Amino acid sequence: MSELASSSMHGAPPLGGLLSGPPAIVAAGVDVFSDALRAQGAQVHDVDWRPPGFGDPADLAALALDPRRAAANRAAVERLLAAGSQLVDVRPASEVLDLADRMLLHAGPPLEWSNASGPMRGALVGACLFEGWAASVEEAQRILAAGEVRLDPCHHHRTVGPMAGVTSPSMWMWCLSDPVHGGQAFCNLNEGLGKVLRMGAFDHEVQERLRWMRDVLGPVLSAAVRGSLDAGNDPIDVKAILAQMLQMGDEGHNRNRAGSLMALRELSPLIVAVDAPSSDIAAVLKFAGGNEHFFLNLGMPTAKLALDGARDVPGSTMLTVMSRNGTEFGIQTAGTGDRWFTGPAQTPVGLFLGDYGPDDANPDIGDSAIMETYGVGGFSMAAAPAIVRFVGGTVPDALATTERMYQLTLAENPAMAIPILGFRGSPTGIDVLKVARTGWLPQINTGMAGRIAGTGQVGAGLVQPPQECFEQALVALAEAARSA
Amino acid sequence: MSLRSGVYADSVRLMQVSRDVSALDGVTGVLVAMATPLNLELAATMGLAPDEPTSPEQLLIAVRAESEEALAAAAAAVEAALTARERSTGTAAAVPRRTIGAGLDDLPSDDPALAIVSVPGPYAVAEAADAIAAGRSVLVFSDGVPVEHEVALKRAAHAAGVLVMGPDCGTAIVSGIALGFANVVRPGPVGLVAASGTGAQQISCLLDMAGIGVSHVLGVGGRDLSAAVGGLATLDALAALDADPATEWVLLVSKPPAASVAASVAAAAAELAVPVRSAVLSPGTPDLTAAVESLLGDMGLDVPTWPSRPGPAAATVPGAALKGLYSGGTLADEAMLLAAPALGDIRSNTPLRPELDLGADFSASGHVVIDFGDDALTVGRAHPMIDPTLRLDAIAGLAASGEPAVLLLDVVLGYGADPDPARSLVPALRAAVAAGTPVVVALIGTEADPQGWSRQADALAGAGAAVFASNSAATRYALDLLGASA
Repeated sequence: MSELASSSMHGAPPLGGLLSGPPAIVAAGVDVFSDALRAQGAQVHDVDWRPPGFGDPADLAALALDPRRAAANRAAVERLLAAGSQLVDVRPASEVLDLADRMLLHAGPPLEWSNASGPMRGALVGACLFEGWAASVEEAQRILAAGEVRLDPCHHHRTVGPMAGVTSPSMWMWCLSDPVHGGQAFCNLNEGLGKVLRMGAFDHEVQERLRWMRDVLGPVLSAAVRGSLDAGNDPIDVKAILAQMLQMGDEGHNRNRAGSLMALRELSPLIVAVDAPSSDIAAVLKFAGGNEHFFLNLGMPTAKLALDGARDVPGSTMLTVMSRNGTEFGIQTAGTGDRWFTGPAQTPVGLFLGDYGPDDANPDIGDSAIMETYGVGGFSMAAAPAIVRFVGGTVPDALATTERMYQLTLAENPAMAIPILGFRGSPTGIDVLKVARTGWLPQINTGMAGRIAGTGQVGAGLVQPPQECFEQALVALAEAARSA
Repeated sequence: MSLRSGVYADSVRLMQVSRDVSALDGVTGVLVAMATPLNLELAATMGLAPDEPTSPEQLLIAVRAESEEALAAAAAAVEAALTARERSTGTAAAVPRRTIGAGLDDLPSDDPALAIVSVPGPYAVAEAADAIAAGRSVLVFSDGVPVEHEVALKRAAHAAGVLVMGPDCGTAIVSGIALGFANVVRPGPVGLVAASGTGAQQISCLLDMAGIGVSHVLGVGGRDLSAAVGGLATLDALAALDADPATEWVLLVSKPPAASVAASVAAAAAELAVPVRSAVLSPGTPDLTAAVESLLGDMGLDVPTWPSRPGPAAATVPGAALKGLYSGGTLADEAMLLAAPALGDIRSNTPLRPELDLGADFSASGHVVIDFGDDALTVGRAHPMIDPTLRLDAIAGLAASGEPAVLLLDVVLGYGADPDPARSLVPALRAAVAAGTPVVVALIGTEADPQGWSRQADALAGAGAAVFASNSAATRYALDLLGASA
């Protein structure tokens, strides 16, 4: 079979056919021409141009004219889109992560105990108790305040964690691998909803669940995944599940229902084959099946793999990280490596559980905005009409949100198709320059943790990053463009 | 055979693609499917098994055809089917498009399209860069665009095979669509490349009056032929018109260019198949009308008598000052170039030589030509073709000064211009004539313009002005009145 021929450019009309017939006109700026053009029967599309939301004009120009930008963004996008995600193992964090002695990982940009929010402190305390580094809440608070436990962002360890994202050595980790670029990414196991460590709860119910996850859930899942691979089966394709769940009413961040069921469908026969007491097997299946966010901790490292694949592309203005630690929101870009650009985390707006209200909500927290960075979650709201009321909107709002996000992004991800938009690919690859020019900030769907340590989840809703992150990133990218 | 990673489509969709492509002539086998074990088995039974390792998340595109042409057509059809977007069935509230890039995204990629940018100068570059990145030409109306942005944009446009018209490009006609300040002229075989808006208007209007139409008027911006820009857009526009079947003759219109650039443009023009005549204003070739007449000669056509309204027999005013109050920069240049040999130095806000700079004192005595369309005078106000205030003030000031003078004006008609310029000018001109100042008007337009050349000419002549369709004829008439014929 011969190679497929590409079309020849020979004899192409000049200027892309501009001189061959009356052109359609797309106009931005003062309306000097449009009426006269319409009077001539021309097809005119007026752009609703506004001055950029932020950014020095010289910086915006430096980026707009950076000859590296188009190719760099194309390269970053291609790497993001090409990345795959396979479930290759389940191991304790202490085995697979490069953790110093007495180190806890957390969500978001770097953080000190002194400026940690309530739910972050709650989760850190809970993790110290779980690891046996402290016998009481007070002792845990003391050693954390004294700096005896090192804190480090998950993102610095190829890891992501939802909400507080606190990851300790004894926690079992999903181990995912990108067969295209060879990357690895990790995420702990999801605890379910309500009073859970990631929402800042740390009481005895939380501790008991964490111990069961350490002693039963982790080992069973590990044996299940390893047993299947040992038997010569292909690893579970997590990216394929993410793609399919978008066609089943999930957006992959706040709604993971279909994805969790599909993951369970893949895992169940492997779990049942594990040599463990049938009561443990039943408990594992019940726990996984009863947790609508079971898949989130598989979806997040899938997105992380793709975005890590797009790291370190000089000249690219594409985001590789959006993440929050409950105090600050941080972003990174493909063109600026590991550098964080941060601003104060905003408080989400949405619906509350039970009697909780807006005053109970902590500012934005969690690495889960990696889903939006990847183009799903809030960016694919249109795929999840079932969720829009939960996050306080209407179906047209959801469609409009996704439509708006297309104007912030560099590509449509053909793997992540949105049925209601005619299977258009999800808006993917957030461009700092487009964020500045439109003045629109990325839309993130998120859970809300209680402001007071120990509360747990209080609701879910919508949030945006603080503009400051993008302002700093724009300055840094423009500096890099000028010195390139 | 092609294997692609990072592409997922559901099996129903892929089955539709396979079915549609297999219906093409000369295609004998098609399988477009995810490379799952099941589909690989299917491919093997069809004799389309891939000869490289696959994984299930890859998209397998296997086509067998009777000829290379059919194979290429099938490949293109697969590509088109995979990227085709169905119409949304949702009802999102309309989301405004905020950038040229987003606006162009909505258009079918194979239909001709042009972007127009008139945002404030410092922001124009990002919008124009969007158009270039989308493979579209762009007209930049904005002024105040830094020259280094212009050079970078034009280099990028050249690489992308598109054209940047501008910045500060106010006039273009593309495939019959008049953009900005342009006149209603007939279609025809002459292509204009214009570094000057009013110059292009003068030439296209005179051609129209001679019965000759234009194919396109491609503006390139007033700085294009400067040493800094080096004629980047002029060279691309000439090449485009050379390749355009509708264009049989090309006329290049500009203000005085940098010498090095003039030479390189002339050298490039000589290489083209289409004949290129230059209407580049310079002391040696000062006359746009003459350039049109030469072109008509090239075409084997007679030069018509250019329309005029000589007005009342005006007594000459020897020794009086020439006061040229222009809205068009190139027309002002032409007037100065024609008059300087007869009158000597003419002071101006856009002078022929730097030492003749008028500064801010527009009421200076002696020979003065002012371009009210100059960027410095349009900050925060509309162009004088739309807003006559500054020029009316200058006319009134001249009458009040009592300095003996001949008043020379341009009035530019067409799209974008004042819908009835005579209305505000007539009282001012009548007052000037009554005060003993002869008035000469270069009226640039066509009968088909919304304002109508004859209608405006009659009104201006009624105020006592002598009216000419040719700016050089108007200037020479003014020189006659000054007793200083060149």
